[in-house]
Amino acid sequence: MLLMLAVGTVLLAGCHRDDDIQWQLTNVSGHMPDLDFQLVDDHGKQVSAQDYRGKVVLLYFGYTHCPDVCPLTLAQLHVVMQRLGPLADGARILFVSVDPARDTPEVMHAYVNAFDPRAVGLSGPAREIEALSKRYRSAFTREPDRADGQYEVSHSSAIYLFDGNGKARLLSTPSNTQDQMVHDLHLLLSLGARS
Amino acid sequence: MSLRFALPLFAAGLMLAAGAHATEAQHIRASGAWIRVLPGDLPAGAYVTLENTGDQPASLHAARSPNYAEVMLHQSSSAGGVSRMAMVDELAIPAHGKAELGPGGYHLMLMKATAPVKVGDKIKLTLSFGDGSTLDADFVARPANATGAQP
Repeated sequence: MLLMLAVGTVLLAGCHRDDDIQWQLTNVSGHMPDLDFQLVDDHGKQVSAQDYRGKVVLLYFGYTHCPDVCPLTLAQLHVVMQRLGPLADGARILFVSVDPARDTPEVMHAYVNAFDPRAVGLSGPAREIEALSKRYRSAFTREPDRADGQYEVSHSSAIYLFDGNGKARLLSTPSNTQDQMVHDLHLLLSLGARS
Repeated sequence: MSLRFALPLFAAGLMLAAGAHATEAQHIRASGAWIRVLPGDLPAGAYVTLENTGDQPASLHAARSPNYAEVMLHQSSSAGGVSRMAMVDELAIPAHGKAELGPGGYHLMLMKATAPVKVGDKIKLTLSFGDGSTLDADFVARPANATGAQP
């Protein structure tokens, strides 16, 4: 009986804890819309946000011809996933291309898999990508072509974190540390496991 | 001119001559050089720490490699929540100081590999400085998800 009471207390505490959690990243709960998109994954398959319900999602905009910041961010996320251990299986990194002209599913597949097995490369029609970007008040700009015909794309440096129900929860920026990301993902993944 | 004045002048002249002969490259030590290898023929970032042991400032102006058709000096920034990349003309290496080319900051962008570069390969880059002098350095090819020069 005492044990049941104790368990009941823990469960109750679990329900209430959600509001009291001391997040270390920026808490955006209730301030950003739920995850919603229609894109193409790196296997060439049509996917929507619904396909990732039940997973904690780390959404990041970038492009494969970005040699410095995008690989740095994805390499750091790989380290975060490794530090989470088996819990990381409950999370997916969604790398959304802001350069759909060059980022075909084949290019995206090789790219994301070079970083982490839990990373998914998403591309698709430019208007769908713009819609998703605008939804999170993020923007991207194709810079002028260089002499060799190549170009860079300026893009948001933030990582958006969603819970297993597709609710926007947290925002990570370059000023946040890896420890803060690991800390909050631990909590977010544990919440997901309970509900 | 008496000998008393000529000797110090002569000495000063020698020092100037020695200074003129020492190039920027001769005072630069390159360490921790690595390349982040990406799949296919995607452009790759190259990183290195440059230390200037000389009394004069030096500056990195460009680089080239037999393994890549194009090498550009770039700087990444993330002001206002936006990640950008811009070409830069030169990177100053202060006298008795260091300049760091590292992820998220200054880097060399390597484009159009002449042959696929594999993890573990040592790639030669020739760095050129403000006075036209050059320094060869071996850059170790590291996997895409590497976070530095060391495994």
